[in-house]
Amino acid sequence: MAGMLELTALAAHEAIAAGDLDAAEYAEAWAAAAAGDELGVYLWRSGDGGGEAIAVEQPSTAPIAVKDIFCTEGVPTTAASRILEGYRPPYTATAVRRLLEAGAPILGKTNMDEFAMGSSNENSAYGPVLNPWDRGRVPGGSSGGSAAAVAGGLAPWAIGTDTGGSIRQPAALCGIVGLKPTYGAISRYGMIAFASSLDQCGPLTRTVADAALLLGILQGRDPCDSTSVGLERAPQLPTREDLSGLRFAVPAELAQDGVEAGVREVFEATLAKIEALGGEIAEVPLPHAEHGISAYYVIAPAEASSNLARYDGVRYGMREPADDLVTMYETTRAEGFGPEVKRRIMLGTYALSSGYYDAYYGRAQQVRTKIAADYEAAFGEFDFVVTPTSPSVAFGLGEKTDDPLAMYLNDFFTVPMSLAGIPAISIPAGLAQPDGGGPELPVGFQIAAPAFAEQDLLEAAHALERAIDFEAVAGPHRPWNGGGGAGG
Amino acid sequence: MADLEAVIGLEIHVQLATKTKMFCGCELSFGDEPNVHTCPVCLAHPGVLPTVNEQAIRYALQIAAALGCEVAPRSIFHRKNYFYPDSPKAYQISQYDIPIAGAGRLGDVRIHRAHLEEDAAKMIHVGESGRIHGSGASLVDFNRGGTPLVEIVTEPDLRGAAEAAQWARLLRETVRQLGVSDVNMEEGSLRVDANVSVRPAGSEELGTKTELKNMNSFRFLQRGVEAELERQRALVESGGKVEQETLHFDPASGSLTSLRSKEEAHDYRYFPEPDLVPVAPTEAMLQEARDSLPELPVARIGRYVEMGLAEDVALTLATDPETADFFERSAAAADGVEARTVANWVTGELAAALRQADDEVGAADSKVEPEALAALVALVGQKKISHGSGKTVLATLVAEGGDPTAIVEREGLAQISDSGELEGIVAAAIAANPAAAEQIKAGNGKAIGAIVGAVMKETKGRADGGEVNRLIREQLGG
Repeated sequence: MAGMLELTALAAHEAIAAGDLDAAEYAEAWAAAAAGDELGVYLWRSGDGGGEAIAVEQPSTAPIAVKDIFCTEGVPTTAASRILEGYRPPYTATAVRRLLEAGAPILGKTNMDEFAMGSSNENSAYGPVLNPWDRGRVPGGSSGGSAAAVAGGLAPWAIGTDTGGSIRQPAALCGIVGLKPTYGAISRYGMIAFASSLDQCGPLTRTVADAALLLGILQGRDPCDSTSVGLERAPQLPTREDLSGLRFAVPAELAQDGVEAGVREVFEATLAKIEALGGEIAEVPLPHAEHGISAYYVIAPAEASSNLARYDGVRYGMREPADDLVTMYETTRAEGFGPEVKRRIMLGTYALSSGYYDAYYGRAQQVRTKIAADYEAAFGEFDFVVTPTSPSVAFGLGEKTDDPLAMYLNDFFTVPMSLAGIPAISIPAGLAQPDGGGPELPVGFQIAAPAFAEQDLLEAAHALERAIDFEAVAGPHRPWNGGGGAGG
Repeated sequence: MADLEAVIGLEIHVQLATKTKMFCGCELSFGDEPNVHTCPVCLAHPGVLPTVNEQAIRYALQIAAALGCEVAPRSIFHRKNYFYPDSPKAYQISQYDIPIAGAGRLGDVRIHRAHLEEDAAKMIHVGESGRIHGSGASLVDFNRGGTPLVEIVTEPDLRGAAEAAQWARLLRETVRQLGVSDVNMEEGSLRVDANVSVRPAGSEELGTKTELKNMNSFRFLQRGVEAELERQRALVESGGKVEQETLHFDPASGSLTSLRSKEEAHDYRYFPEPDLVPVAPTEAMLQEARDSLPELPVARIGRYVEMGLAEDVALTLATDPETADFFERSAAAADGVEARTVANWVTGELAAALRQADDEVGAADSKVEPEALAALVALVGQKKISHGSGKTVLATLVAEGGDPTAIVEREGLAQISDSGELEGIVAAAIAANPAAAEQIKAGNGKAIGAIVGAVMKETKGRADGGEVNRLIREQLGG
């Protein structure tokens, strides 16, 4: 089949099912595309060997790129950290196992911010990932490799993880669809933990329908994850074409924030499209959302400080030999972790310390409860809450690496949903120049829904996606169409 | 200075005898090759998650029911963070502020709480002492890592070392009878730590406590607490102050060495375990736990004392439910014999006869039927056979079983009831032992034994000892 790499994953899936597309041939074509990776997307590719334990004999759907945070038996799994260099897990994550059972070959493991800590993919021990729209810019993070793989024509679809925006923000910066499901929809077993109460696996795809198909494969209760519940009903492919009768809330607090002019413009234009489709728009107060970042940067590092304590050089991964145990622990961790990971381990250790727990961790959990209550109140009146996904378009490599706080503010719009545990999707809504000029870059539009309302979310996002017609807006520039951005 | 009163509380770790570990599916077993019962979860590989062992919850609920503890409707797990090779996750999953079981009681001691947690892996320190200090290398065996534990914490209600050891025995027996643990102190499936302090007698305030570890038998528990009480008393009496610290008991030397002081205490940075949901037992589970309880030692002791048994006999029986059940069947079958007498026979003569037979069979599994023992005790009580003959019959019962009356008949053991016949035998015995007879007459009562012995030999034990004594004194004019 000619131009098969241009098919959406869903189109390929259906063509394979109909016998119009040879799944093995299709997978090979993608493996060849992945082999041409110039973006720093892949840390391991199926062609590198060692993937026997995760091989798919009879592919029956599109092959997939998997964030290197998912354990894959026999295949290097590093979470982009030096400390896991050479680690080949003895088991496979549930989410990946579901992909294999669905007949999706694993194309490769994608680069990311170390232990999913970052918003630019510059915190990888194995080098940055380049944004396929402009190779001088970041793809976002932490699932930057997965987002760039899909946007850059190196994979038809991918999975990533989202703790405070790590699927949605890179999806926005790369002009693709990124879905963070409800906490508990997909098993976390085998997903290397960053912040356990926030981490959630999800799809990065070209279209909302692709995301629905992938969510259907991934979701479900897993006896290996006590916090997984799955979705009540298997997700259906979205078909909705209008938004009549649906109420969309815009947080009143949005106006205060440092959103780029271009991003704001695309956001306003998208609100107009919602209204044109029959949706209603109103402001809603979410008074605690602005404290989301503060609460998040206490809770996530606190959990991380505990989750990452197991990397001690004793049982697997890297070890810096020393004459005594404590020195071995210290040098291994000093050499093995990057600066951002160390920063968060220290923050988290401090926040949990005796005498500080109540003021930090305890208080942050209270804020989290308030934020969840804000959303619950909003969903009493509205079907969805909408925001820009990220306050800016993709920024330059190295632009924010010296300013962790500026980097953390990237998560301003995505963190509250993570804290509330509710599903949110980012869809490409248009192109905009960054403040200060430059090439036009993708802007993401975020829609959040009540817990387990994934189907409603996908339906609305699908209808809006049709109205936006990002393909037409950006088609010629879309990297996977060969248009390429400034560097492509 | 007023007398110093001992104030002791215990913390007891009970390893649960579940098939698998607390948070993964690895088999539990003691004494296998190191590191054969491990998996990615209990080795803390990246990405793994714990799942709670349902059987461990059920066992914990049984313990809670046995100790009369309130059960929390939703108890939660915390992470206790610390770096050490015996803890592969670098945290232990343990219950912290909301344990599965709250206040309860066993005997005279109040239970503060009981909570679920996982055991650490076993460290083997290479070197002579077996302790980490002075060891050149340490090995880790993860087989034990993740074994389910229930930690039972008492209120400081114990007032002496012997009392503490005695109560700990009662607790062990209670847990053993639930069938939820092997409660083997040597193998470490039951571990007892003691919190010890002293205070002026009559005071309500608690003194500064020390925590004693590594007492792997009840004897060592008693000795360790005794040693620590002695140390604290001497310190306080000489005007010193007890420092809060953790002490290691060395059974070989009986000495206590400091493991860590209050200043060195860890900051465990506890926080709720985000990988687990609360434990919310259903009403059916609670009912099942209550229904599963056998009659526990405390209840049995109370009932037996009411039946007239001596306390030590009641305790002996309560710690051996099978023998206790044997006793009860026997006592029920015994006509006109006090339960107390039957109990004395079960724990005394029968236990001795079984020990002599030397095949480690308890009363319940022996050839002696409870009804047979009842009949035997009745025969002795009614003086149909002598006490000595009773023991002879018992030995036969232990060896081959059967009916005591038939054995008495067969062996010709029936007591000589014809007083004329017995008088003649006594007279002959006196005549044959003139020296002893003279001594008795001279007032040496002990000499009577020789003549009684001669009579018993002649009658093959079929004479009633009391009657023989009476006749000897009568004939010697005593």
